[in-house]
Amino acid sequence: MRERMLEIVRSAVHDLNEELNYPELESPNEATTLHGGEEGLDSLSLVSLIVDLEGRVSDEVGHAVVLADEKAMSERNSPYRTVGSLTDFIVTRCGAGA
Amino acid sequence: MSDMSGKGRVMIITGTRKGIGLDLSHHYLDRGWTVVGCSRGESDLKHERYRHWCVDVADEPEVVKMVRDTAKEFGRLDAVVNNAGIASMNHAVLTPLSTVRKVFETNVFGTFMFCREAAKVMMRAKKGRLVNCATVATPLKLEGEAAYAASKAAIESLTEVLAREFAPFHVTVNAVGPTPIATDLIRSVPPEKIEALIGSQAVKRLGESRDVANVVDFFLRDESDFVTGQTVYLGGIS
Repeated sequence: MRERMLEIVRSAVHDLNEELNYPELESPNEATTLHGGEEGLDSLSLVSLIVDLEGRVSDEVGHAVVLADEKAMSERNSPYRTVGSLTDFIVTRCGAGA
Repeated sequence: MSDMSGKGRVMIITGTRKGIGLDLSHHYLDRGWTVVGCSRGESDLKHERYRHWCVDVADEPEVVKMVRDTAKEFGRLDAVVNNAGIASMNHAVLTPLSTVRKVFETNVFGTFMFCREAAKVMMRAKKGRLVNCATVATPLKLEGEAAYAASKAAIESLTEVLAREFAPFHVTVNAVGPTPIATDLIRSVPPEKIEALIGSQAVKRLGESRDVANVVDFFLRDESDFVTGQTVYLGGIS
């Protein structure tokens, strides 16, 4: 399950970056920063990524997940910090049946 | 949509079992829209382009499923009218917290969730229209309607903030604020109160569903893509 989710996240980041052209997002891996600090996505791009991911998870895995989280904008605890943390977050949400 | 035709377009209307929601459903079905409606109970409305969901608008998983399944079935979602609402006509001292909670759950949380979920679909399409329902009870600060007026004030605020958040994705968010309309919502309000309320309007008559539809029509037009974050009150109330 996690491997598949990681692939979905990497693919979504890659596709989003076709518009953005950020060098650091060209080959996204577990440690790639998505949000927080100097690097990563601005909040509008992050919103677009999350919306896209909810659709992909629903289409490809059949889980109607909601990826909203009150820690979304926290630099330390945001589940959207990195590709890896976002993958873990989605796996948890799918497991919780959210 | 200069000709106001909704052919091929898909709209969600909440609270379609009766009252304004039912009238709006007929209005947009007549204009070619596919209408996906919901209410807590079954609907008597039968039409080849009407789908009904039994949904509590305050139930997050149900709302998420309804919006996503609608987008999946039709491949698009062009508009949402957040009509579902409940009122509480009572002095604040006599209003239990459970009533206030229920009013906010349906009016505010329901509106928020349909806006959030529909916006996700619309943001991917880079277009969409969200229309919320306010009330003249808010600007008139009507005594006896504290919970209801406050919940609708929250909807106005939501409308203004969401309009800014969704604007980069070409999704507009507006609200219509009806005067009293002869529906179940005002059934328990004493006639003299309704008369006094009508007396405070510039145009002194009860509102009708067609008055609401007229404003919604305006918000839905393609040409209204520069109109967002607005609440339009009926009857000359400001």
